Amino acid sequence: MLLLIPLLPLVGFLLNASFGRRVSKPAAGAIACGAMIASFLVSLVSVFRLIALPADARAIAQQVFTWISSGDLAVAFTLRLDPLSAVMILVVTGIGSLIHIYSTAYMHEERDAEYARYFSYLNLFAAFMLVLVLGSNFLVLFVGWEGVGLCSYLLIGFWYEKKSASDAGKKAFIVNRIGDFGFILGVLLAFVHFGTLDFQEIARSSAALGPEAAFGTMSLITLLLFVGATGKSAQIPLYVWLPDAMEGPTPVSALIHAATMVTAGVYMIGRNAVLFSHAPQTLTIIAVVGVATALLAGTIGLVQNDIKRVLAYSTVSQLGYMFLAMGVGAYAAGIFHLYTHAFFKALLFLGSGAVIHALAGEQDLRRMGGLKKDLPITYWTFLIGALAISGVPLLSGFFSKDEILYRTYASGHTLLWIVGLLTSLLTAIYMFRIVFLAFHGHRAEPFADAQDRHARPPQSGSHEAAHAAHLHDAPPAMAIALVVLAVGSVAAGYVGLPQALGGSNRFEKFLEPSFTAADVRSTPDVPDDGAATEGLELGLMAVSTLVAVGGIGLAFFFFLANPRASDRVASQFPGLHRVLMHKYYVDEIYDAAIVQPIRIVSEDGLWKGLDVRVIDGAVNDVAGTVGGASALLRRLQTGSVRAYAASLFLGVVLILGYYLWR
Amino acid sequence: MQFPILTSLVVLPIAGAACLFLVRDDESHAPLVRNIALVVSALVFADALLLWSRFNAASGDFQFIERHAWIPTFGISYVVGVDGISLLLLVLTGFLTPLALLGSWESIQRKTRAFCIVVLLLESAMMGVFISLDLFLFYVFWDAMLIPMYFLIGIWGYERRVYAAVKFILYTLGGSVLMLLAILSLASLHNAATGSYSFDLQKIYALQIPPSQQGWLFLAFALAFAIKVPIFPFHTWLPDAHVEAPTAGSVILAGVLLKMGTYGFVRFAFPLFPDAAAQFAPYLAVLAVIGIVYGALVAMVQPDMKKLVAYSSVSHLGFVVLGICAMDTQGVQGAVYQMLSHGVSTGGLFLVVGMLVDRRHTRLISEYGGLKKVMPHLVAAFLILTLASIGLPGLNGFVGEFLILLGVFRWSPPLATVAATGVILSATYMLWMFQRVNYGPVTNEKNTGLRDLSPREWAILVPIIAVAVLMGVMPNLFLRPIEPSVNRMLNQIHAVAPVRVQVSHQPPAASHQPPSSN
Repeated sequence: MLLLIPLLPLVGFLLNASFGRRVSKPAAGAIACGAMIASFLVSLVSVFRLIALPADARAIAQQVFTWISSGDLAVAFTLRLDPLSAVMILVVTGIGSLIHIYSTAYMHEERDAEYARYFSYLNLFAAFMLVLVLGSNFLVLFVGWEGVGLCSYLLIGFWYEKKSASDAGKKAFIVNRIGDFGFILGVLLAFVHFGTLDFQEIARSSAALGPEAAFGTMSLITLLLFVGATGKSAQIPLYVWLPDAMEGPTPVSALIHAATMVTAGVYMIGRNAVLFSHAPQTLTIIAVVGVATALLAGTIGLVQNDIKRVLAYSTVSQLGYMFLAMGVGAYAAGIFHLYTHAFFKALLFLGSGAVIHALAGEQDLRRMGGLKKDLPITYWTFLIGALAISGVPLLSGFFSKDEILYRTYASGHTLLWIVGLLTSLLTAIYMFRIVFLAFHGHRAEPFADAQDRHARPPQSGSHEAAHAAHLHDAPPAMAIALVVLAVGSVAAGYVGLPQALGGSNRFEKFLEPSFTAADVRSTPDVPDDGAATEGLELGLMAVSTLVAVGGIGLAFFFFLANPRASDRVASQFPGLHRVLMHKYYVDEIYDAAIVQPIRIVSEDGLWKGLDVRVIDGAVNDVAGTVGGASALLRRLQTGSVRAYAASLFLGVVLILGYYLWR
Repeated sequence: MQFPILTSLVVLPIAGAACLFLVRDDESHAPLVRNIALVVSALVFADALLLWSRFNAASGDFQFIERHAWIPTFGISYVVGVDGISLLLLVLTGFLTPLALLGSWESIQRKTRAFCIVVLLLESAMMGVFISLDLFLFYVFWDAMLIPMYFLIGIWGYERRVYAAVKFILYTLGGSVLMLLAILSLASLHNAATGSYSFDLQKIYALQIPPSQQGWLFLAFALAFAIKVPIFPFHTWLPDAHVEAPTAGSVILAGVLLKMGTYGFVRFAFPLFPDAAAQFAPYLAVLAVIGIVYGALVAMVQPDMKKLVAYSSVSHLGFVVLGICAMDTQGVQGAVYQMLSHGVSTGGLFLVVGMLVDRRHTRLISEYGGLKKVMPHLVAAFLILTLASIGLPGLNGFVGEFLILLGVFRWSPPLATVAATGVILSATYMLWMFQRVNYGPVTNEKNTGLRDLSPREWAILVPIIAVAVLMGVMPNLFLRPIEPSVNRMLNQIHAVAPVRVQVSHQPPAASHQPPSSN
């Protein structure tokens, strides 16, 4: 049963990859969407079965076969459904289905073969993502982990004729590999330390030990695993690939680079919550890296002009929040934010996709404006998404983000809480900067000017003229996805309504068994749920609400009411503005400090110097000397096989003879 | 008498080559010649599969042993046998030879008959190397193998083929001369101990060679093998040989010949001289790790596709040597697995590059670009082989690399850590090449009209990719027969040399130490 969940999209992939170029677009789309929806339905049934089990025994496992065995290593390909993976498979297949449906319209201008290729990759991605979240041990997780990385590579570089796209795909893969380097070492150390790679057995073994007081083996294991997470989930120092990943088609950004794949690092920590709880040193690092990434990405997001790049930095920033949650031991809160974020960030990306689609490929915020009138569905749904991510009360983002901030404050990390709050302010500002610049006001310049500069393969051609005359709102397939996600962005938070607001935090309770023994560290930190803490929680909520509303107000002031003011601020701090525009020059620094030195040393030092000149030079010198001495002997070389074989044999006999009769 | 299946692996290609001598040597008969060669090599592969099907995977001992006196005066005999380590290398050889012939189907237009004969003789010699259990016999096959390879490069190669061929043969002969001396010394040691000369490997295994003598003997073997692998810094013959060799030469060279070196370590150098092995393994491992990083870095900056793949082999084979040096089950088993896996994926890469060169007659990356648009199927195959080569889980490369890293990590975490950077570097050089060749717009006009895969090329790539997937998804199919033999070999080593591998302090389900029975 569980196997069907990843198998269905895999079959979809195989069908579209084999026959896709020979079938029509509707057929290819139907195969892909059908596979996804079927997988979603199987997931729903599986999760209902899971919920029917008693709370402390909620796990369904299916061993498919023994994948690798060597000596004491036996890796079973086992899928395991527990509350944590239940949340994940519903997010992946549910939001995945919506994005598949959305894509049928968004990609319809591709050629048949390309259309099928797109959907085959998308299905393959879903299959690997589902393996990732269902795998019961590190190696099966790693199959999914690398597989989604591959699909990300293929989809970022989907428009492969564009160099920037194939560059971005390659960058994503390689940066992720840097993370994998740490991840693999972490897995190896875990196996050597625990003698198993199975998550549950590792959790059991580590639960038997106390938290490490000093930085020990478990701290090292978790830190190495976290290095892997910084790659996949775009945290400092490996976040640089995600903004570039926006070269891919927008639905891909929504599915892979916002809702699902990039959360794999957070999931992986949640999956190993018990282990991480026993490495408080690592947890502190995770919290600090998370919050620092959140702040850094938020500041960059403030000044970017490409609508998708703002959203990308926003994703990096929100992922930072999730890591903050993990770092303070609030695993359920982190997963809760992962879950709500999947709705509103997918919505925001798909909304931006609808804008880009309507504007024939335009992505520059400065050339948008006033779209509210022409694109009402896109506008209202996007607005809901923006409100949700900004943390406006009663929407999903409010509950999850607040839970993280509350847990951070309550665990005594006041400084982290302040930075988190500041980031929250930035989030509201840059999100509403998009809302005001794109949908309100007036279009800055006739949009016809901008067409060719940003024209992209899918939108080129005759549609441009039609678009220019009158902007079309999202077609039905896209509108459905937007509306459903908007509803989700509002409602998704209510499953985790905190006690302070009269809920019972069902989400957290549901997840708890997945983190069993995980609370060893966090329980003492978080005060008991009593009236006093409810007061604290409500107080903090009020603060964050003020921050969110304040951010929206600032955005309103700077970007709608008084646009000159923002330019004035920018020109008052030209240095700062330039640094932010150039994303702190991190890409340039990496290039100058790592990429170029490696290239130059490899090319001029190792290859042309050491290899050709030194080693091969020595070889040729030896050969030359010998060759000179044996110039006479060379005449014996007739070049015939027989003569050569004979001389070889003769030589053998001579040496042998000498040796035996000496 | 039982059917001598191992001997048949050696004789069948020779018989095929003899048949070809009967065909008139002119190019009008070339198609017939090619078909005969292909059928013969396919029969050899079937023979190898038959061997696999009859092989007892539960046993680590040599099986299907044939023993005939050859030169009794010197104790030289014809002893052949197969264990789990050589079994799959035989199958690999049988698998790659027909594909190599198919890969050169159209590009070899000169001396076709001689070409096919040379390839079949080469196959015979390679089979001989893997089945020999007599040191002298092994040495004969080992050197015999060089000759067809020499001609393959020297006659059907590209511009600088003669330089490359001579360099190849001098390098490898230079290495094997010392090995011959060491082999002779072993026979005389046997004489000293038992009163009679013998080159029989199993008898020499049983000798207690004094540690004081093991050092130079080990080094003499190790040098020959190190050049063959090749281990840094003995690798500079490889890029030249690969670049100048025709496709079939590169496929067999990368696919099988390089494994002779690593096979030699597993079969001879380590188990024959356990004390010396324990002493020198750390140094060898350091060279292997240097090779992993160095090969990858140099591969990255190559402008020539074949050279790039050649340097990547230096890196990949570094993993194999490293795994052997770890001398534990996962390390050595991973090493053997990686030998097979590298044969499949790198053999496949050379075949794909050969297809490109057949079309465009250039190996330079800069001459290509945007091929994906022109030849989607070929590029899809190229992508899968690229991914196999960079060790994507689910394909063949991952299993060996992971097992090796695990085995090495237990022995020396620092070495494993440096080796693991290969994970990053391999992705870098392979994907960069892949991007420059296949992505982007078609900039070179000569690339516009290239045809996609022909049926013949489909027939080459489908089996390669199928095996790459099979080895990634069902590795146990291949790991199972390897393990008992690896454990037997490790027992042999650890029975003499002190065990230096540490067991993890968690009680594991089963000790990773080889079982003490046997």
